[in-house]
Amino acid sequence: MLELIQQIVNGLSLGAIYALIALGYTMVYGIIKLINFAHGDIMMVGGFVGFFSLTLLGTNILVAMLVAMLVCAILGVLIEKIAYRPLRTSTRIAALITAIGVSLFLEYTTIFALGPAQKIFPDSAFPLKAYDIAGLSILNKDVFVVVSAVVLMLVLQYIIKWTKTGKAMRAVSLDQEAAVLMGISVDKTISVTFAIGSALAAAAGVMYGVYYSTVNPLMGIIPGLKAFVAAVLGGIGIVPGAMVGGFVIGLLETMVSGYGNSLYRDAVAFGVLILILLIKPTGLFGKDTGEKV
Amino acid sequence: MKKNNRKKIAALVIMVFMLAIVAGCGGGAADNGDKAGDKTETINVGLNVELSGGVASYGTNARDGALLAIEQINAEGGVLGMQLKPIVRDCKSIADEAMSVSAALVNEKIVAQIGPLTSGNVAGSTPIMMENHIPLIAPAATAVNVTVDEKTGKTNEYIFRVCFIDPFQGTLMAQFAAENMEAKTAVIYGDNSSDYAKGLAQYFEKTFVEKGGKILATEGYVKDDRDFRATLTKIKGMNPDFIYVPGYYQEIAPLIKQARELGITAPMGGGDGWDSPDMVSVAGNEALNNTYFTNHYSSEDKDPNVVQFVEAYQAKYNKDPDGFAALGYDSVKIMVLGLEEAGEADPGKLAAALSNITDFVGITGNMSIDEQHNPVKAGVIIEFKDGKQVMNTRIQP
Repeated sequence: MLELIQQIVNGLSLGAIYALIALGYTMVYGIIKLINFAHGDIMMVGGFVGFFSLTLLGTNILVAMLVAMLVCAILGVLIEKIAYRPLRTSTRIAALITAIGVSLFLEYTTIFALGPAQKIFPDSAFPLKAYDIAGLSILNKDVFVVVSAVVLMLVLQYIIKWTKTGKAMRAVSLDQEAAVLMGISVDKTISVTFAIGSALAAAAGVMYGVYYSTVNPLMGIIPGLKAFVAAVLGGIGIVPGAMVGGFVIGLLETMVSGYGNSLYRDAVAFGVLILILLIKPTGLFGKDTGEKV
Repeated sequence: MKKNNRKKIAALVIMVFMLAIVAGCGGGAADNGDKAGDKTETINVGLNVELSGGVASYGTNARDGALLAIEQINAEGGVLGMQLKPIVRDCKSIADEAMSVSAALVNEKIVAQIGPLTSGNVAGSTPIMMENHIPLIAPAATAVNVTVDEKTGKTNEYIFRVCFIDPFQGTLMAQFAAENMEAKTAVIYGDNSSDYAKGLAQYFEKTFVEKGGKILATEGYVKDDRDFRATLTKIKGMNPDFIYVPGYYQEIAPLIKQARELGITAPMGGGDGWDSPDMVSVAGNEALNNTYFTNHYSSEDKDPNVVQFVEAYQAKYNKDPDGFAALGYDSVKIMVLGLEEAGEADPGKLAAALSNITDFVGITGNMSIDEQHNPVKAGVIIEFKDGKQVMNTRIQP
């Protein structure tokens, strides 16, 4: 029983990181119907910015996270302006291929600039404290990751439901042309979406660095793919879906490793993708909006 | 009109890219041409090592040890009246890259290649070396099938090593666990994506069971994994006396850290893949207490040869030499011994001489090369104490 709860704790922190990345995927898809494959690499850049903020600027972890979020928000907006906006009127395949291109560009530019070796997060950034609650070992890292993720998600929900920008985002994702007719600046709204999504990914990147103590240029690939699966699982384009999807994938992975064979972990995560696309392609929270004639 | 302009610009950009690519290739060829010229004065030694990627610290340190040896030998007059010229290339910890690096080095008329470090990467280089009849001296590749072809049982004529082999390592640690640590039960949690780790695990299990121990479970992870908590929680529940974790430091360091974070206090052991400064920087001193690994040598050895080597290395590089540095050094030294016995800087004759070497006195021990091109030598068990590698025991086969 204790082991099960411990595994759940493990799964929640892993899930929190996936959920944050999945949110970026889902928001961007919701608004311009593009699967931004470069998103995992934005998370990686966020992790690196956090690393440099901690080591070069000597800030504490929260400031480092905010700096990373800011830098990646700007990076996200830039990428959108340079790579995706010119292709808004082209086929979706073109934008998808460009996204893959941006992803490779980010990865290899980082390798070129900083070398392929991993960078080690200083221990002083997050001094470890283990809370021994009834035989369970809960680290302050676990608490940090899960709490920050939940806080960020709540902030996101607030923005989407209660602010004008959020309203604009919802309008553009519902019907882009009608939104233009209502006087909403589509360009600005899309930029804001990218900014928010990238900021969340950056937060995930810094958490990854804190959690696993290292960042490396190719660290965004696998979490990015799994977060994509999480987004699809929850219903791509639906924000609460991404949050739930992230935690589900995190828990699933942990359960498979803990109770099955740890080597099947990745296979199960991607197997879920195949299953959900076969059974319910719109995702757990997806509504089947049929063609309105 | 606008569309035409755009097409022209696109065409221009593409042409510029093509030119850049061609220029890049052309540049490379010119370089090769130059090097072949001054062969008569020097003996070219190829160093095909991992300077980046998952096992970068092995290659970097081995290179440093090798270069120190070459520097010392050149200062004493070189070999056969000629100076040694090292040609260092990075194989990026990838077997395919090791293969292309070997091909490039062969073009530069090397007399022998030192490296790569890991067994998998040596396997990448092997076909090229065998085809071109040039000896490869592996400083630290410990898998059995590096020097012996698995299918035919024949020894690879041009492949040699200066390190002990996995059966020895796995057996050593099992012996240590069963006898010195008095462990009755053990769990193996190894790298399933490397032959090296799988070999170690296999031999550990064999010997541990022979000594009356019980293996409670065998778990695996793969390269680039960073999250081990789920499996570690499972292992914690089994409460083993000893946990054997063969693999490479990039995964082992976070693994040990997470194990200690979860409250696992059992002693943990591994192989020479643990030998890297990154272990301490990632896992931290405390986590590494009560962990042990089999290694080729210890910088604390009081043997005068070792002391001299450690001092020279520290003077040149301002850091302590690890096992890989010592093995890189020994690789060069054994090659030089082979050259002297061969009497000529000829790769074929060097290979023949190397297979007959007996009683080579190296930093990592006295060794004689056997029929399978493996050295018969001792191994040490190193313990991590407060982040420092401390020699625990030395075991002679």
